[in-house]
Amino acid sequence: MREKLSQKVLNLKSSGIRAFFDMANEIPDVISLGVGEPDFDTPWHIREAGIQALQSGKTFYTSNAGLQELRAAISSYTKRKTGLTYNPENQIIVTVGGSEAIDLALRALLNAGDEVIYLEPGFVSYYPCIKLADGVPVPIRLIEENRFRLKPEQLEAAVTPKSKVLILSYPNNPTGAVMEKEDLEALLPVIQKHDLIVISDEIYGELTYGVKHCSIAGLPGMEQRTIIINGFSKSFAMTGWRLGYALGNHEIIEQMVKIHQFAVMCAPTISQYAAIEAMEQGDGDIEAMRESYDQRRKFLYHELQRLGLPCFEPQGAFYMFPNIREFGLSSGEFALKLLKEEKVAVVPGDSFGECGEGFVRISYAASLQNLKEAVNRIFRFLSRYRT
Amino acid sequence: MEQVIREQLLHMLENNSKLTEHEIAIMLGISEEEVQREIAGLEKAHVICGYHTLIDWNKVNDDDVTALVELRVTPQGGEGYQKLAEKINAYPQVVTLYLMSGAYDFLVMVKGKTLKEISLFVSGKLASIEEVQSTTTHFTLTKYKELGVSFEAKQADERMVVTP
Repeated sequence: MREKLSQKVLNLKSSGIRAFFDMANEIPDVISLGVGEPDFDTPWHIREAGIQALQSGKTFYTSNAGLQELRAAISSYTKRKTGLTYNPENQIIVTVGGSEAIDLALRALLNAGDEVIYLEPGFVSYYPCIKLADGVPVPIRLIEENRFRLKPEQLEAAVTPKSKVLILSYPNNPTGAVMEKEDLEALLPVIQKHDLIVISDEIYGELTYGVKHCSIAGLPGMEQRTIIINGFSKSFAMTGWRLGYALGNHEIIEQMVKIHQFAVMCAPTISQYAAIEAMEQGDGDIEAMRESYDQRRKFLYHELQRLGLPCFEPQGAFYMFPNIREFGLSSGEFALKLLKEEKVAVVPGDSFGECGEGFVRISYAASLQNLKEAVNRIFRFLSRYRT
Repeated sequence: MEQVIREQLLHMLENNSKLTEHEIAIMLGISEEEVQREIAGLEKAHVICGYHTLIDWNKVNDDDVTALVELRVTPQGGEGYQKLAEKINAYPQVVTLYLMSGAYDFLVMVKGKTLKEISLFVSGKLASIEEVQSTTTHFTLTKYKELGVSFEAKQADERMVVTP
């Protein structure tokens, strides 16, 4: 059968996380700090809005770009949070998760051979989505010394005449890094000089601690050349509802809607109704969840320091990315031994790109009780491997 | 201490009074001494009024009965309701007491060993208070939730062990 399959797809490696996941799933009583989603249930009033939609028979397709009412709600939410104005008529598309929005944006923008600059360590989907859209992935390897922020000289060095798109992903999965306004401003001359389009994946934008999230789209001259990717999964604990959206220039959004229309028709209707409730009545939920993540962030950061595991202090998302090089194990070996010997699941850093080697991703979207127990186990583990 | 931090501290203790001062200090990003001082102050000011453990007694024994008693009292002026509340408060059988708007005045939660014991307490003690005009007693059948905590065991984590 193999010869019948697409060479392009065959050439893609499946996500490193998946292999590790299969293993982790077979071991009972694992404390998992390997999960890339909130540990909260979707707030009840949002679930109720979904139930209500189901009960009142909202079981049909919506318009391709998403319910008009939801797009209007997304528009006013975005205005409220960032000050940016997007026209619900033609600058917003509701997608099946933020992941679909990334895929659509790349497919709408790329011709064969166009180069896309993206950041590593980063979310696992960028590379394959670029490949599937016939683009050429050009990774920039971020370093811990810069707290995994992108520097203009790194960007400049990655640009070629074929560069078309830059994917930014802050707050970042897996590092928890953020880019503040000054950091983003420093990139503008390079972006403008080379006329790059920016896909800004801001799915964790609501989850920053001690700093306010800044969208690059809000900086001078950037609104027209930026596509913002956002969604409901992380900020409203709605991963299973599969709902995201993209905001941007109407000509780009129009092409994204075209692909979306032929691929999936529209995002799930019931989820869209629930999402209206989230946009309009969800600020309090976000506040409460952010406060809770922040407490656990401080706790875990303190504990990692106590264990002597070097880690820069993350200010976004719900991940820590400690450096494990002193143990002389690869990330994969470290994670596997930790899983087998102490039943704690963390994700090997190289799952997020080669330069993630030497790190592991720890999620603190876990109960305080589990975090405490995991820290005890990790301590035992480290003591064994420290000589 | 900033009001925001103070409220966070109170929320943390309200949800889990077993947190140590050390842990609270880490999670709020303040010093342990500051936490100690603040808690002592809040206890002194009676903002923190006690530390309780939520127990589902039905899982321990069957002879624990609670009732909600509605009290209608003669209209009170000045500090009348306050004085009356103190009178009702004095009984150890009374575990919760609210002054209410609406069809009755006080809502009293009463705890006892048997239905009879509670009935006797209501008729003998509460109903005989001079200002009390009438009482209505409702016995609880099952407790599902108290102080925001469900008595049902929390369901297991539904999430997959590792996801991107």
